[in-house]
Amino acid sequence: MHAVLPFVPFFPMVAFAVLALAGGRMAPRIIAITGVAPTALSALLTLITTGAFLGAPPDGRVLSVSFWTWVHIGGFAPKIAFYLDPLSLVMMLVVTFVGSLILLYSVEFMKGQEGYRRFFAYMNLFIGSMLILVLSSDLLFLLVGWEGVGLSSYLLIGFWYGDPANGAAARKAFIVTRVGDTALLVGLLLIFTQLGSLDIQNTMGSAQAEWARGSGMATAAALLILSGAIGKSAQLPLQTWLPDAMAGPTPVSALIHAATMVTAGVYLVARTHVVFDLAPAAQMVTAIIGAATLLYAGLSALAQTDIKRVLAYSTISQIGYMFLALGVGAWSAAIFHLMAHAFFKALLFLAAGLVIKAMGEEHDIRRMGGLRKDLPIVFWTFLIGAASLAAFPLVTAGFFSKDLVVDLTLSSQRGNLFLWVVAVVGALVTSLYAFRVVFLVFFGDPQSTLPRSTSPQERRGRGFGKASVVPLLVLATLAVAGGWMQLPRQWGGPSAFTDFLQPVLPAPATRVGGFAESAAPQVIVAVISVAAIYLSYLLFARRPAVVAGVAEHPLFQRLSNLALSGWGFDRLYGAVFVTPFLWLTRGGRGDVIDAGVSTIAWLARLLQRLLRRSQSGRLRYYVAAASFGVIAFIAVGILR
Amino acid sequence: MILVLLIAVPFAGGFVALFTARRSPQFCRWSALASSLAGLGLSLSLWVRHFTGAGGPSAGTAGSRSMVQQVDVGWIPQAGIHFHLGVDGLSLIMLMLTFALVALGVLASWRGIKDRIGLFHLLLLWTAASLAGVFTALDLFLFYFFFEMMLVPLYFLISVWGHEDRRRAAIKFFIYTQAGGLLMLVAILGLYFLHGSTTGIYTFDYLQLLGTALSSRAATWLMLGFFMAFAVKLPALPLHGWLPDAHSQAPTAGSVVLAGLLIKVGAYGMIRFLVPLFPGASFRITDVAMALGVAGIFYGAFMAFSQTDLKRLVAYTSVSHMGFVLLGIFAWNELALQGVVLQVVCHAFSTGGLFMLAGALEERLGTRDLEKMGGLWSHLPRFGGVGMFLAMAALGLPGLGNFVAEFLILLGTYRVNRPAAIVAAVGLVLATVYALWFVQRVFHGPSPAEGTTAGPGPTGAPATTAAPGSAAAPATATASGTAEKPRLTALRRRADLNRREVAMMFVVALVILWLGLYPQTLVRTAKETNDDLLRLAPPPTEEIAPNVSTDLMPLASPVLVPPAGKNRP
Repeated sequence: MHAVLPFVPFFPMVAFAVLALAGGRMAPRIIAITGVAPTALSALLTLITTGAFLGAPPDGRVLSVSFWTWVHIGGFAPKIAFYLDPLSLVMMLVVTFVGSLILLYSVEFMKGQEGYRRFFAYMNLFIGSMLILVLSSDLLFLLVGWEGVGLSSYLLIGFWYGDPANGAAARKAFIVTRVGDTALLVGLLLIFTQLGSLDIQNTMGSAQAEWARGSGMATAAALLILSGAIGKSAQLPLQTWLPDAMAGPTPVSALIHAATMVTAGVYLVARTHVVFDLAPAAQMVTAIIGAATLLYAGLSALAQTDIKRVLAYSTISQIGYMFLALGVGAWSAAIFHLMAHAFFKALLFLAAGLVIKAMGEEHDIRRMGGLRKDLPIVFWTFLIGAASLAAFPLVTAGFFSKDLVVDLTLSSQRGNLFLWVVAVVGALVTSLYAFRVVFLVFFGDPQSTLPRSTSPQERRGRGFGKASVVPLLVLATLAVAGGWMQLPRQWGGPSAFTDFLQPVLPAPATRVGGFAESAAPQVIVAVISVAAIYLSYLLFARRPAVVAGVAEHPLFQRLSNLALSGWGFDRLYGAVFVTPFLWLTRGGRGDVIDAGVSTIAWLARLLQRLLRRSQSGRLRYYVAAASFGVIAFIAVGILR
Repeated sequence: MILVLLIAVPFAGGFVALFTARRSPQFCRWSALASSLAGLGLSLSLWVRHFTGAGGPSAGTAGSRSMVQQVDVGWIPQAGIHFHLGVDGLSLIMLMLTFALVALGVLASWRGIKDRIGLFHLLLLWTAASLAGVFTALDLFLFYFFFEMMLVPLYFLISVWGHEDRRRAAIKFFIYTQAGGLLMLVAILGLYFLHGSTTGIYTFDYLQLLGTALSSRAATWLMLGFFMAFAVKLPALPLHGWLPDAHSQAPTAGSVVLAGLLIKVGAYGMIRFLVPLFPGASFRITDVAMALGVAGIFYGAFMAFSQTDLKRLVAYTSVSHMGFVLLGIFAWNELALQGVVLQVVCHAFSTGGLFMLAGALEERLGTRDLEKMGGLWSHLPRFGGVGMFLAMAALGLPGLGNFVAEFLILLGTYRVNRPAAIVAAVGLVLATVYALWFVQRVFHGPSPAEGTTAGPGPTGAPATTAAPGSAAAPATATASGTAEKPRLTALRRRADLNRREVAMMFVVALVILWLGLYPQTLVRTAKETNDDLLRLAPPPTEEIAPNVSTDLMPLASPVLVPPAGKNRP
C-alpha cells in the first residue's frame, strides 16, 4: 500500500503536465484518454488501497509516506509527506470517484469546445491538487494543494476567457478565497511559533498538551483556520464568489464548486478538530456561521432563476449544514454529509448541464418546463438528486446524512435547541427550492419557444451519449444507496461510516434523555421535508397563479430581488472594498511619493532659472547688484 | 585566483564582444553568452567544491569563518586599501545569480538589439563584472569602487538602447543611486577614521572593521549613510522613484539586470555590511525599517494595479516584493534571512521572466500599453502559459519558490514583530489582485482579431443576475477599446514564443519550481553565512521561542478571543 499511495495524486499531475505542455497538436480522442484515464487509474488504486485498509488495517489505521524535507532551517522542517487515515481515505474516495465520473461526462459534454485540451489539463491539475490537499501530512504542504485547487478553480471559472464577465468571476473567486487563505497563513505562523511544528499530527498532539481548553491561543488558532475554511467553502461572510463561479463550464461546477473543492474547508476543520475542541468559543462561531449560512443561502436559492445559481446557493447552504455539524462537534456527521452531498450535488449539476445544453444554453428555469417527457433520463436522475437534497425520508442518502447532522445539532452537548430549529427551518427551505426547480423545469407547459421547436428526438440526441448518461446513473445510485451504511441511531442499525472514522473523528458527547433522545425530533424533520415537497408542488406546479399573484406585490418583489442578488453582499463589498481600492489606485496612478521627491528636481530647475537670469551679461545690472551688495554690507557693519 | 577570474572573465569578454561585433554580430552574441556562462561555470565549480560535500564549520574569526576562499593583495597599502575579495555561501549565490541572469539577458536581446551590438554586450558584461566585484569585495573602498562602477554601464544601457523616455529615466536613476552612494562613501570614510583613531590601524578591511567600538551617536549616523545607499538600491519606500522609470525605459536585458541584480545589491549590502558593521544602530531603526517594508509591500501593489504600461506594472511589483526583503532583513533571524536569500533569487527569476515576457511581447506588438492588449491567449498560447506561471509566482502560489521565501520571511518576522507580519500577509491578497489583473488585461478578454462578438464560449453567457459591479465596466471599456487594436489583428500563431525564448522561460520556470519544491539547495549554501552573521550581530530582542509558556503573549488579533487566563493546565 505504501508503494501505491503516491501514485494516486501523481497520475493526474502527470496528465496535467502532459496536456499542458503538449502544444496544439493533440487529437481530441487522445486528449480525452489522457484526460480521463489517469484519474480513473487513481480511482482504481484508491479502491485497492481501501480494500487493503479494510481487510488488514495498518498499525493505528494510519499509512504515512514521506518523500523529503521541504526546507530545514533550525527547528522548521516541514515535510513533503502523505498521511492516510480513515478521514483522508474517505476524501480520496470521493475525489477520485466523483472526479473520474465527471471527467468521463466532460469527454462528451465539452466536445467541440475550443480549449478541449486546456480544459482537461486544468481538471487534472485540480484533481491532483485536491488529492495533495487531503493526503498531506503537513499544514504547509496542505497549503500547496489548497492553493492549487484555488488556482485550478480560477482557471476553470475563467475557462471561456473571451467574456470579461467570466474573467471577473474567476478573479473574484480567487481573491475572495485568498482573503481567507491569508488568515489561514497567519494561523500557520501562529501555530508554528507556538507549537514548533506544522506537522498535523504533531501539532494536534502538542496543542492538546500546551493549550488549555478555552485558552486564547487555541481560540485564535481555531478562528484563523476557520477563516481559511470559510473562504474556501463559501460560507458567510466570504460566500459571494461561489454564485458567480457558475460562469465556468458545468462539469467544473459539479466537480469543483459542488462536490470537492468547496468542501475542503470542512475537511480542514475536521482535520484540525483538536484545536476546535480546545476552543469552544471558536466552535460556537463555526456553528453560528453554519446555521446563518444555511438559512441565508437557502432563502437566496429560493429566489434564483438561473438553474446553476440555484444549485450554487444550495451548495452554500448544504455546506452550512456541514459547518453546523462541525460546530457542534459532530465531525464524522459533517464528513458523512460531505460525501452524500458530493454524490447528489454532482448529479444535480451534471443533469442540469444536460438540461441547459438541450435548451440551447438557456439557464433560466422560468423559460423551461415540461422537459419530463423530452429528457426522461435526465428527469429521473435529477428527481433522485433533488429528493436526496431534500432529504426524502427512508431512502435517500441525503436523508441519512442530514438526519445525522440535525439529530446531533440537538443531542450533542455543544448543540442546542436554537441551532436545531434553524436546521429544521433550513430543511423546509431546502425541499421548497429543490422541488421548485423540479416542478418548473420538468413539469408544466413548455415556457420557451427558443430551440424547443426542434423535434424531441433531435433534442434527445444532443450530447447525450453513453459517456454523459453513465455518470448520471452511477451518481443517482450513489445518491440513494450511498447512505445505507449509516442508519439513524434510533433505528439501532449499522453505523459503519462513523465507526470507520471513529479513530480519527471521535463521536461527540451527547445529552442523555429528554426531547433530544426521543424519536420526536426525527419524525418532525421527516414530516417537514415531505410536507415542504408537497408545498412546493402546490406553489409551483398546482397553483402557480398564487405565487404569481403574491409576486406582484411590491414588497415581495423587493424582497425577492434582494434574495436574488444574495442579500446585497456584492454591493456592500463593492462599496466598502472595491470602490475605495479603485479610487485609491486611480488617484495614485502617477505615484504621489515619486512626485513628492521630484519636487526637489523642480526646485533645482527653478533655482537654475533664477540664477541664469542673473547672468544676463548687462553691465548695468552687475554694477547695480555690486553696489547694492556693498551698501548692504556697510549697513550691516554699521548697524551691528 | 578563481575570484579574480570571476571579475576578469566578463571584463575581458566585454572586449571580445566589442571587437568581434563589427565582423559578425552573431559571433559577438555567442561570445557574450559564452563569457557569462563561463562566469556561471566558475562560480558553479566553486559551489560544487565547497557546498556539495558534507562540510563542517571552518575555522577563522567571526565574519570570515564562512569564507571559503579569499584573495588579499595590497592596492594602496599606505591608506589601508586592499584588493580583498572573499566568497562565502551568500556571495556565491549572488554570483551564480548574476551570471545566470546576464546570460538570460544576452539571450533576451538576441533579436531586439540591432545597433551597436558590440558596445551593448560590452556594457552588459561589464555590469556583470562590477556586480561580481560588489558581491565578493571585502574591502569597503573596493566595494564602493565596484558599487559605483556598475552604474556607468547601466546608465548607458538605459540611455542608449532604452525606450522613448530613456534619457530622463537614465539620469534619474543615476542621480538617485549616486546620491545614495555618496552618503555611503561619507559613512565609509567616517568609519575608517573613527576606527583608525581608536585602534591606530587605518584600514578599509571589512573583516577588521567589524566590531569597531563606536559611540551610539556615531554609529547611528554612519549606519544611516549605509542605509540610505542600500535603501535607494533596494528600493525602500520613499526612495523608489527611480525604479519604475529605469525599469520600464531600459531595454529588456537592462530591465532583467536591474530587477534581478541591481536592486539585490541593496539587500546584499544590508545583510553583509549594514547590520554586521552597526548592529546596535541598525536594530534601533528596526521598527521604522519594518514599517517602510510593509508600506512598500502595499504601495507597490497599489501602484502595480493602477499602471497601464506593462513594464511599469512589473517594476512596481518589485517595489512590493522588496518590501518583504526589507522586512526580513530587519527581522534578522535565521528563518527570515533564509527567506530573504530565497526571495532575492526567486524574485530575480520571476521578475526577470516577466520582463523578458514583456520585452518579447513588445517586439511583437510594438507597444507596452495594456489598454491595447487583451485576449492574446488564443493567439499566443505559449505566452499565456508562461505569463500565467509567472503571475502565479508573483502572487506567491505554494509550490513555487516565491511562496517559500515569503512564508519564511513572514515566519521570521512573526517572532519579532507580530503586527508587521500580519499586515504584510494581507499584502499577499493585493499581490493576487495585481497578478490576476495583469493576466486579465494581457491574455484574457475578447481576442483582438475577433472583436467583441466572439471569443470562445457559449453564445448565451450565463445570466449573471448578481454580477459584480466591476464586471460591467470592463465589458463596455473593451467594446470601445477593440477599435484601437488593429495592429494586433496581424498576429499569427507563429508570433508565439520561439525556441530560444521557450528555452529561456523553461530555465526560469525550472528554477522557480525547483526552489519551490526543494529550496534546501539554497538554504544549505547560505546557512554558514547566516550563522556567521547572526553571531556577528546577535538579534537584540528575545525571540518567542517555540514551546514556551504562552501566558505573556499579547494576543495577535481576533476580537472574539476571551481574556487569556492561565494557559497551562
